[in-house]
Amino acid sequence: MMAELGLAALWLAAALAILQLVTGIWSMRAPELVAITGAVRPVTILQAVFAALSFTVLLYLFAVTDLSVELVAANSHTAKPLLYKITGAWGNHEGSMLLWVTVMALSGALIAGVEYRLPERTMQAVLACQGFVAAGFYAFLLFSSNPFARLPQPLAEGNGLNPLLQDVGLALHPPTLYIGYVGLSVAFSFAVGALVTRQVTPDFARAMRPWVLGAWVFLTLGITAGSYWAYYELGWGGWWFWDPVENASLMPWLAATALLHSVSVLAARDALRTWTLMLGVLAFSMSMLGTFLVRSGILTSVHAFAVDPQRGTFILILLAIYIGGALLLFALRAGAVAEGERFSVASRESALVVNNVLLTAILGIVLLGTLYPLLAEAFGERVSVGPPYFNLVGAIFALPMLAVLAIGPLLRWRRDSLQRISRPLIVLAAVGGAALVLTAVLFGVGFLPLAGLVLAAVLAVASVMPLSGRNLRRVPLAVWGMVAAHLGVAAALFGMASESAFTSERLVALAPGQATQVGPWQVRFAAVQPVAGPNWTALEARLEARIGTGAPVVLTPQARSFWAPAQQTTEAALATSWNGQLYAVMGGAADDGRWQIRLWWKPFVTFIWYGGGLIALGGALSLAGRVADDLKRRRVRARGARRRAQMVPA
Amino acid sequence: MNRLWLYLPLAVFFLLLGFAAYQLSQPKDEFVRSAMIGQPLPNFTLPAAMPGGQGVSASDFADGQPRLLNFWASWCLPCVAEAPHLDTLRDEGATIIGIAIRDRPEDIARFIGQHGNPYAAIASDDISAVQLALGSSGLPETFVIDGRGVVRYQHIGDVRAEHVPVLLAELRKAAR
Repeated sequence: MMAELGLAALWLAAALAILQLVTGIWSMRAPELVAITGAVRPVTILQAVFAALSFTVLLYLFAVTDLSVELVAANSHTAKPLLYKITGAWGNHEGSMLLWVTVMALSGALIAGVEYRLPERTMQAVLACQGFVAAGFYAFLLFSSNPFARLPQPLAEGNGLNPLLQDVGLALHPPTLYIGYVGLSVAFSFAVGALVTRQVTPDFARAMRPWVLGAWVFLTLGITAGSYWAYYELGWGGWWFWDPVENASLMPWLAATALLHSVSVLAARDALRTWTLMLGVLAFSMSMLGTFLVRSGILTSVHAFAVDPQRGTFILILLAIYIGGALLLFALRAGAVAEGERFSVASRESALVVNNVLLTAILGIVLLGTLYPLLAEAFGERVSVGPPYFNLVGAIFALPMLAVLAIGPLLRWRRDSLQRISRPLIVLAAVGGAALVLTAVLFGVGFLPLAGLVLAAVLAVASVMPLSGRNLRRVPLAVWGMVAAHLGVAAALFGMASESAFTSERLVALAPGQATQVGPWQVRFAAVQPVAGPNWTALEARLEARIGTGAPVVLTPQARSFWAPAQQTTEAALATSWNGQLYAVMGGAADDGRWQIRLWWKPFVTFIWYGGGLIALGGALSLAGRVADDLKRRRVRARGARRRAQMVPA
Repeated sequence: MNRLWLYLPLAVFFLLLGFAAYQLSQPKDEFVRSAMIGQPLPNFTLPAAMPGGQGVSASDFADGQPRLLNFWASWCLPCVAEAPHLDTLRDEGATIIGIAIRDRPEDIARFIGQHGNPYAAIASDDISAVQLALGSSGLPETFVIDGRGVVRYQHIGDVRAEHVPVLLAELRKAAR
């Protein structure tokens, strides 16, 4: 019964999405029909209610392991811990698509519920667009990926969940990322709505900004968490692999980062109108492209969902309609959007434009590298594009972008001169020079890590400069947000460069009792012992690591055997200290009683994720500041209106 | 002129879409082919899979007679489907050497009792060592080995009726 309830709710939500599209368009055509115009927002909210109901039912089916449902039988098992039973609901294609549309419906409901700054006609176009996009993905679920399909015979036991996915990181990573991906649909619908009504104003930008910020914060968190999950769970010791699916999450982030900054220019200075609309379309298009890349199987990736060419064709058609339609609308209408304000070369706007262009260039490079195997294969060649391409070509654009990032916030809006900020520039140059001498002379690192370390130092100092000379209590939250986010970029950059420059690696075969050295750590292999978990057994190595004569840190890497499904995994062990991480992986046994142990010492690697967290925190502070400002403005306006109302009778 | 630029993103997008559509329409070759085709067999010696049986080693293949080398297991379902076609191959004169992967003698005996024994010899590979050395990544798989012990052909997946003539032709080719 429950599965049927979920399916019915899904059909109802789909019908309401279509109704949302119809009432949205109708009320733009006939604004005098109050019954129709008044229905758009309630319909949007009701659609979200049914989508959420459907997803809740799926969670329930997984929680109770209802093995008569095909999806549960294929992806769950009665012996799993409850947490992983529930998270298993989105560890598969159908469930994750349902989560996708549910998030989309909820963000639509959120705009319908609280967004009153947009002109009503634009708002109707926005909600119609949301309904249109959601309807396509409901159709995709209902016609080719029904999560509630029953088996003719219930199974006695389920197939289990991929052990790599049985991890707390996975419990949070996909939902966070999806809120980010799908949250960008709001920016997309805003851009489409504005193109339809041709109303692109600073007010429009101020209305759009919190939604972009919110989606961007979640996207940042999702990518950061995903990177850390891959780092400790896959046991390769790397934190980014330029895998197509990772790129698929990076591309919307790059577009959203550019959008975030251009929407600020539009809000503050009424410039970059068409460019902002373009980025709004681009960011969500990249999210949908990412979905397509993962599900269609046209690119080979470690994130192998069950691939199915029919599904690929379905999503391809949806992409053609939504992205193609939005880009066509852009081509037809953008010329009619009046040009915004002008600004001089040395100004905050210019710096933001340069950053936008460079971010978009990086996006183009990642897109090209990700899709290149696809293009090459069409000409009969099989290639794979890997880190050497992405690291080098990406850096060519990322390094100047980061340099501009250091200077931009010091410039004033509209018109400024480099002479005015010559003192901070000299300070930054001095910091950069000192960092250069220190790293090049003391450590002799390679060019890219060297450039990264120097830029990280410059950027760290530059990012707090906007606070200098100000009364810190009066600094708006949004500025704190900017400072935190830019400092986060510096921290992440420092972590990346340090990891690449200073990592030491050791692969050894050790017998219990023997020891080895990695970086400053003396690591003794004390023993091997068997351990058992809820649905796995493992061999666990006990490693005692110490620096000099310090207290030992115990690491226990495991080689796990899961029994449902039968699979071997390695569980890396990490010892974190303030200046880096010791990373241990246990390999197989050799014939002579020795065991393969792989060790890495990665100085300051944790700064990558601290930085990611700080960037997201910056976004959250900014968002809080903007929302608080907005609420304050609304209160002031309401008070003014009340006063005027009181004055009239007198 | 200026307006035409606005169509650029649309054009780029449809170009990419065209490539993706083309790619989707192409049949996908999901198989990972062995790099051992044309190479001599790696050196190995495996014990018999059942008591009283005969073991298999790489040197057995160098006596001038081409053979089929079939990787299978009693726990492998497609191997059940393939069993009658292996019988046909044997009846047509092919010599089939079986290597049972991660298997137990009693299970092998039961399997042969139910589905027949097309094999001239069955060896046991408990840790998939020989299977991996031959570049085989799944079960069942069948290789054609020529009379000098060189790997000539790889058949991935179960042998079906339509594959029998193909394998016989490959065996004849290997005999030349």
